[in-house]
Amino acid sequence: MDYNGGTVLAMAGKNCVVVGSDKRLGVQNLTVSTEFQKVFPVTEKCYIALPGLATDVQTLSELFRLKCNMYKLREEREIEPLTLANMISSTLYGRRFGPYFCEPIIAGLDKNNKPHIYGMDLIGCLNYPDDFTVAGCAEAALFGMCESLWEPDLEPDELFETASQALLSAADRNSLVGWGAVIHTM
Amino acid sequence: MSDRYSFSLTTFSPSGKLVQIEYALNAVAQGVTSIGIKATNGIVIATEKKTASPLIDDTSLEKVANVCPNIGIVYSGMGPDFRVLLAKARKAAQKYKRIYNEYPTTGMLVKDVASVMQEFTQSGGVRPFGVSLLIAGYDETGPVLYQVDPSGSYWAWKASAIGKNMINAKTFLEKRYNDDIEIEDAVHTSILTLKEGFEGQMTEHSIEIGIIGGGTTGFTEGKEQPLFRKLSPSEVRDYLANIS
Repeated sequence: MDYNGGTVLAMAGKNCVVVGSDKRLGVQNLTVSTEFQKVFPVTEKCYIALPGLATDVQTLSELFRLKCNMYKLREEREIEPLTLANMISSTLYGRRFGPYFCEPIIAGLDKNNKPHIYGMDLIGCLNYPDDFTVAGCAEAALFGMCESLWEPDLEPDELFETASQALLSAADRNSLVGWGAVIHTM
Repeated sequence: MSDRYSFSLTTFSPSGKLVQIEYALNAVAQGVTSIGIKATNGIVIATEKKTASPLIDDTSLEKVANVCPNIGIVYSGMGPDFRVLLAKARKAAQKYKRIYNEYPTTGMLVKDVASVMQEFTQSGGVRPFGVSLLIAGYDETGPVLYQVDPSGSYWAWKASAIGKNMINAKTFLEKRYNDDIEIEDAVHTSILTLKEGFEGQMTEHSIEIGIIGGGTTGFTEGKEQPLFRKLSPSEVRDYLANIS
């Protein structure tokens, strides 16, 4: 998980969620790209964030795009965040003894526009927080930042500010993370 | 001339039919009648429990069955074929749950069951299932009733009958069905429809009724939702008393 660097977070507010990541891709201490995408849209109202080994980030984002498209075609409806989280969890556990080195985070609004955020470890153990969830190289620093900055029922603009400050400060404390940040608000 | 093409399932007859499927439908038409009615707040499925002899212990026979908490199923045709499909349907529902941690919608389950039935119309060395199924479920889009035939084709109904008396029963239902029917009325109507073609005395042991929706909610999977359940003999007796 420390080979390519990268970190992500997600936060829940009042009828909104944000998900963000840094933009660095490295090979240990060498920075190779400053525009590496780690947050991917699944539906209009649901995003997944994939920190960790870059090859797994890309493979998993394509795999989940496939699964979600098939879901949409078969079920004739968009996938909900909780269903997506469980699907990702069972996909990761399917590789229990040769895992993907990635700790996904899901953030989205369900069909009633209720906010959902979920995190999990590399073999699919789901976490159902009410407030925020973090993953990646700078997760320890992010835990500290989020714990102090987050408060319940933040409006979308305030939530955006909170998440950005948390992400940028934590990124500054970690050499493998940084080179800019991306935040998506829903 | 279709006799020459009737033995092998995987051969089309010149008229473009798969004769084995036609014969399977004949087998279904010999089975006892089953009814399904969709109400605004639930669904009823019902069937006759016709035993060959009064010595048979009919409590051991289950024709209206549960597939998963929100989906029920009933059949007309060959009982053993039904048992196989029921087992496959239950397994398919659990398999779906292993991935998504929620039960499939009725439409998804019906697609699975129907594709199993279709497989048996295109593989070598097997015969089609001799059953038609009525699958009733309640999911987020509301109550929905599907019929699946031996060919694997399925379609949704507001009210339907399969089996021996299906033509008369469907005519009866067409007259009595309206879009605003509630579950209580639907149970009542289904009993009356079964009565139309019933030979012998209708008691709480000779019919099976299953309902989903209405008042039958239960706490399952962490939330309150409509559950499928079979009416107990005493409840059936009450309904029967009301119609006579």
